[in-house]
Amino acid sequence: MTALRNVWAIVEKEWHHYFGSPIAYVALMVWTLLFGIFFYFAFSLFLRQSMMAAQQMEFGGGPKMSLNEWLIRPVMHNMAVVALFLAPMLTMRLFAEEKRQGTIELLATAPITDLQIVLGKFLAAVGLYGLMILAGLLNLALIWHYASSPPEWKPVLTGALALLLFGSCFLALGVFVSTLTRNQIVAGILSFCLFLGVWTLGWADDPSAGPVMRAVAYLGVTTHMEDMVKGVVDLKDVVFYLSFIAFGLFLAHESVQSQRWRA
Amino acid sequence: MIEVENLTKRYGRTTAVDGVSFRVQKGEILGFLGPNGAGKTTTMRILTCYLPPTEGTARVAGYDVFQAPLEVKRRVGYIPETPPLYPDMDVGGFLDFCAKIKGVPSASRKAKIDEAVDKTRIGDVRRKLIGQLSKGYRQRVGLAQAILANPDVLILDEPTAGLDPKQIIETRELIKGLGGDHTIVLSTHILPEVSMTCGRVVIINKGKVVAEDTPENLTRRLRGAGALRVDVRGEAAAAASEAVRSVPGVLSVRARAEAPEATTLEVEAEAGRDVRADIARAVVSRGLDLLALQQVGMSLEEIFLHLTTTDTAHAEAPPPVPPASPEVTA
Repeated sequence: MTALRNVWAIVEKEWHHYFGSPIAYVALMVWTLLFGIFFYFAFSLFLRQSMMAAQQMEFGGGPKMSLNEWLIRPVMHNMAVVALFLAPMLTMRLFAEEKRQGTIELLATAPITDLQIVLGKFLAAVGLYGLMILAGLLNLALIWHYASSPPEWKPVLTGALALLLFGSCFLALGVFVSTLTRNQIVAGILSFCLFLGVWTLGWADDPSAGPVMRAVAYLGVTTHMEDMVKGVVDLKDVVFYLSFIAFGLFLAHESVQSQRWRA
Repeated sequence: MIEVENLTKRYGRTTAVDGVSFRVQKGEILGFLGPNGAGKTTTMRILTCYLPPTEGTARVAGYDVFQAPLEVKRRVGYIPETPPLYPDMDVGGFLDFCAKIKGVPSASRKAKIDEAVDKTRIGDVRRKLIGQLSKGYRQRVGLAQAILANPDVLILDEPTAGLDPKQIIETRELIKGLGGDHTIVLSTHILPEVSMTCGRVVIINKGKVVAEDTPENLTRRLRGAGALRVDVRGEAAAAASEAVRSVPGVLSVRARAEAPEATTLEVEAEAGRDVRADIARAVVSRGLDLLALQQVGMSLEEIFLHLTTTDTAHAEAPPPVPPASPEVTA
């Protein structure tokens, strides 16, 4: 109970920092703006394609186009790329700034555990990121309002879940990187490089590749998004993401603890 | 309340704290004195569970800092050298956060915050952002944070650094007032602070405890070669020096001031030998008016310098002749 209260106190504090500074507003603005732009382009493409499909229909029918497949899925994929860029912004200051300001001493000498501090900071970042996803999804509300046959809502939900899990992996790693330095910028750049590295692992995914490459590809965070964005939540993907997050937080926790010994 | 035994902390090859031992009784105010880099901050960080010791043990209220850090942290309020504050939070919000992580129950949180705000007199800046506060206020917000959860032990690392004289006096008063309820360890290199606020002093140099006693005892112990101050009426430096020098046991005589009203001499005598009566007789027998004869203790400042500058100073050199006034002004 006290553990939860402590974690929550850290979450509140971090939200105070996010919303007391431009970080949260910039992140929300960039995210929703890009969501809107991608949505607009995907939508125009969809309209053109469906127009063509309708013409073909007169000459004996074309494929029936699905909003989920043509509109929502590509937008979700694009937003995953945006998450790659924005995640370092959310996590870089979490520990680096505490170390620079010396406030880490306040946290470290308060009767809370390092794990509670790490979890609190991670959950604060995930909370803001979740809010960004929700704000982006508002774009999709338009479709429900105007489309003659609305898209399926389940794939939208699982797509959002995929984005959340996928981004949380970055956030967990970012929390870890932030513990390594007292300089936010260094933390930000390092996180971005690391995220990019993890992202590219997925490119090794090739059915003709050998077992080693398949294993490497399995570790790529993007590989496990595919099914979920299509609307299929496979337990093994969820477990993959959760273990990835746990691993990132474990590293962060170990790093915070080990610094006491070295400092 | 605090038991430190043989505490050692090494950073790689450098030894910051080397076999330090001391005890602090409940309600006592202990001054922790030493030049920069002596190991004061490191010792305090170990006591607050921020750093683990390399060797030795430290216990606060019976709990080992290494084995039961949470229990220790619950009982300790701490201000590091630079008070740990979030510049983008307002004072009230910051204290609220501190109360939460210190486990102050939500029912009494507001009352505790009000109490800390009152004690440290920061009520008028409660709604202000910490980033906009002056150094003195920041220090006080740091202090408010430390006393917030009403801890048994307060550990204050240079609580008056960077304050103006008025604030220093206020802070000292505040600390004095907190003694009794709280056990306090405070570090400083402003020496009058120690003699004014602390019941006991631990002087630390190069990681080692070089002296531990009450400020008065330290002064007495190091009086060593017994310095005296002799005031004689009129401009009579030469005659008076003559007279005093003739007394057996007097090592040196120095005229500090000569004026029509009075001449002041500083006399250094052999250790352990009380020459006051002989001096009085010698002066009077030469027909001079003896106005004052006074034993002068070394100020803490001098003791400090004495103990921390040369290791062997104790045995060889006699302590420096103290200034005429035993009081040191801030």
